[in-house]
This record gives sequence, C-alpha cells and structure tokens, in this order.
Amino acid sequence: MSQGSQTRVLEIDGLRRAFGGLVAVNDLGFSVEQGEIMGLLGPNGSGKTTALNLISGVLRPDAGTIRLMGQDIAGLASYRIARLGLARTFQLVRVLDGMDCRENIKAGLAFQKPHLPAAEAELRIDTLLHRVGLAGHDLRLAANLTYIDRKRLELARALAAKPRLLLLDEWLAGLNPSELAIGIDLIRSLKADGITIVLVEHVMAAVRALCDRCIVMSSGRKIADGATADVLSDAAVVKAYLGGVVADA
Amino acid sequence: MSTRTAGLGALALAALALLALVPRLGNAYYLALAISLLQYTVLATAWGLFSGPTRYVSLATTAFFGVGAYTVAVLGEILPWPLVLLIAAALGAIVAAIVGLSTLRLSGVYFVIFTFGLTELIRQLVVWFEVNKSRVLGRYVFVNITQADIYWQLLALTAAVFLLGWLIARSRLGFALRVIGEDETVAKHCGINTTFAKVALFTISATIMTLVGAIMAPRWTYIEPSIAFNSMISFQVLIMALLGGAHRLWGPVLGAVPLTLLFELLSARFPNTFTIILGCIFLLIVYMLPRGVAGLFEKLSTTSAGKTTQRVAT
Repeated sequence: MSQGSQTRVLEIDGLRRAFGGLVAVNDLGFSVEQGEIMGLLGPNGSGKTTALNLISGVLRPDAGTIRLMGQDIAGLASYRIARLGLARTFQLVRVLDGMDCRENIKAGLAFQKPHLPAAEAELRIDTLLHRVGLAGHDLRLAANLTYIDRKRLELARALAAKPRLLLLDEWLAGLNPSELAIGIDLIRSLKADGITIVLVEHVMAAVRALCDRCIVMSSGRKIADGATADVLSDAAVVKAYLGGVVADA
Repeated sequence: MSTRTAGLGALALAALALLALVPRLGNAYYLALAISLLQYTVLATAWGLFSGPTRYVSLATTAFFGVGAYTVAVLGEILPWPLVLLIAAALGAIVAAIVGLSTLRLSGVYFVIFTFGLTELIRQLVVWFEVNKSRVLGRYVFVNITQADIYWQLLALTAAVFLLGWLIARSRLGFALRVIGEDETVAKHCGINTTFAKVALFTISATIMTLVGAIMAPRWTYIEPSIAFNSMISFQVLIMALLGGAHRLWGPVLGAVPLTLLFELLSARFPNTFTIILGCIFLLIVYMLPRGVAGLFEKLSTTSAGKTTQRVAT
C-alpha cells in the first residue's frame, strides 16, 4: 500500500464470479508490485484457477476491477490481455503437439505488437530455448517431449512475449525432486530479469523458496495476505488446509 | 530454398501451360471430365485452406457453390460476364462473413451440423423467394460461354487458389490458423484474435467456392434450387480433401483426382447404389488413412530418409 501505483503491475479489487449458485471468487482483492513473486494458495476448489482465468480473460468477472499496469482489463478478450503484456501457463500443460519447439515459441512472440523482424525473432527463440534448457531440441516435435520438457517449452512460449506479468498455474506440479530444483532455479532466474509472477502452487517447498508474499483463498474468499512465512503459520490458513488440526509450522 | 521454390514455380507454370491445351484435343468427353476434375480440385483445395489448419469440418461447400450458380442464373443474361463473377464473389464473401461471425464460436460437431443446416436454409430461402416474389422456380441460363471457356476459367482459378494457399501458408495469418488448429485456448493467450483469423480464412475459402459455382453454372442450361444446392457436393468435397490430406496445400488434389474419376465411373455404372458405395468409401478413408494420402507420403519419406525430412515444407 505504501508504494506508488506506477510500480504496481497488477491490482485487483472486488473481483467476483459465480457459476449458478456457487460463488467461485468472492470479493477478491490484492495487488502485486513490480518484480515480485506472489503465491496464490488455497485448498482444491478454493477458486485459485478461476481467479487466474478471470485475470487472463478466459472468464468474464461478474463484478470488480482488474488493473494491469494501471489499465482496467476486466472482461477484455484473452488475446487483448495477452497483447497488453500478460502471459500464462496452464494447470494441465498445453503445448502445440503438432509443431516443433521453435514453432511453439514462435507462437508466443509472432502475434505481439510491434512485430519483430524475422532475424531478431529467430535470435530470441534461440535465447529462450537455451534459457529453459531446451537448446538443441529446435526441431523436435512437441508431442515427443518428456513431461518436464513440455513444461519448459510452455514456459518458453509464455516468456517469448516478454510479459509484464506471468501467471503460472501449478507449473511445478508433477516434477520429481531433482526436476523440482531445476524448475525452482528457473523461476528464480526470471525474477532476476524483473518479471513479475503470480503462481498458483501446491508444492510448499517451492512456495517457501520462491514467493516473497502469498495470499490464501478458501471458498472463493481471501483469508490471508502477507509475507510467505507469516501466512503459512497463520491459524486460519492452517485450519483451511488441514481442517482445524494445528500443525507445527 | 529459394532455388527450390523457383524450380517448383517453373514446374507449376509448365504444367499450367500443358493443361491449358486440353480443350485443343477436341474431345468433348475428355473436356467434360477435365472440367469435373478441376471443379473438385478447386473446391477441395479451397475447403482445405480453412478446414485443414483449423480442423473445423465444414459442410457448407454446397451453400457457397449454389450462391455462385444462382447469381449467374439471375444476372447472367443482364450483366457482362466479368461483372457477374465479381458480384457472385462479393455475395459469397458477404454470406461467409455473416455466417462466420455467427458460427465460428461453435466448435466440433455443432459447427458441422450448423454448416449442413445452412445449405438447406439458403436453398429454402431461394425457393421461397422464387415462388413468392419472382414467381419462377427454375431458370434458364443462356450465356455465351463455351465448355472450353469454363475449363480455362477453372484452370485460372486453380492456379489462383494454389498461389493464394501458398502465400497464406507463409503468412502470419496462416501460422495463426495452425496454432488455432493445435489449441485454440493457447492461441488466444498468444495474442491471436482467433475470431478474426477464422472468419478471414473462412471468407477467402468460401469466396473461391462461390466462384466455382458461378463458373460452372453455364454448364447447365437450366438451374433450379435442387440442382444448384445439391448437398452431395459438400460431402464429396469433404471426402476428397480427407483422402488427400487437408493439412497440406497439395493434399486435397491427391484426393480430388482419383475420387472424381471413381465417382464418374460409379455414377455411370451403378446409378442406383451410388450413395451406398460413397458411404463405404468414406468409412474406408477415415479408418485406413486418417492423415490422407499426403500423410502417407510423409510417413514413407520420413521412414526412408530419416528424421531430417520431418519438416517438409508445404
């Protein structure tokens, strides 16, 4: 609240979305500062993915405002939001199976304005492949990649557009311990580049390692918001996750 | 790459020049057969332009073909021929844009059913108009167009559709359509205006189909809605494009040529059981060649030449 609004990448206020009688996101409000990694936590069905879908324009909010770099994007079409500098990955990894790795990344940058000259675009693709650890896999079909490589490719596609805000929906889920360490390092390196990230995650080790700040949702409402260590030991959060048993934090 | 492109271009021009000589053979049957071949080649390739990359299966071919044919039936005697073609193309484009805007939000089987219904809707509208307003059902087409003229126009349109398809495949629009075909949600999040891209290509494809209908109309001297809007054309074009392989520009022609010849033979030899045989052929193609003849070629060339040919240029 103390920082100026020019460094505020995302600012959400009074966000609400109901499916019939079920209010999936209820009066949600939070903000994310430039260069911050914010964790969006909560038990299954608490409305995290719905919140991401509202921010990225998959769903239209019933009420509330979503400001990206100060501009209200609530209810805009996904492609417009994407062109304004928001990129995301999906809970169930989505790559373009019928295309090779280069083309997958090209999809991420070809439709951003202004359009890059072809040579520059190729160069950026090379950099990104290297960045996510897929160097040399240029012409491999996405369908033939292993699970972690698919995740890497999806991230590279999201990064291609040089987003102001990156939404990661359980990007670290399903990785084995050594892959997890690689994944955490990769996301941390993005922070060094100044990319602002909101991540939905269940892997607590990753949340502790990466997130400066967390908010926790339960039944569509925000029940906690603060520094990661504080939030994870908060009584209401423990209750929401573990059903009232007080665990030693 | 550029030398290869130039080589292919030269080859295409030579083929075009050779094909332009067909009417000089002076054999009316061969000319008629060649017209059929070109008609289905253009229709199937135009179908593949949109449905290949997006994987939206359209049964509206007949609707646009019929709009073209009927434009000629109504205006053919009144206006000069190039103007008639221009109006037909414009009408086809307008109908396609309206239909596209209202239906391309549908996907999967809903889109298929809608496009099929569309053909019937337009046909009934034409019947209603002719019966109640113009009070003629069925019109005579008396225009000064010979079979050879039809052939040459279709040949020019064939060249145009391949050139257009080649240009689109290399364009940002073509790439957008491929991304949409792979995953529409991802496409939106990459910043692609999916509605615009789909409607644009649907309109281009439909305009070509409309032109085919207009060019073909003088072949009949008498046109009525059931002739111009014969839904069999939609199904035949679909089968041809699938047999050839709609994901490649040159795919549909590989299906159009053999199937046109086969249908020619079947409709002459087995006029009564023609539809049953057509259905069986459809089943066989879908089960045996899911990626069409083009897919089969690619598979053969990749297994024989190793992984380097995996990125075959279109």
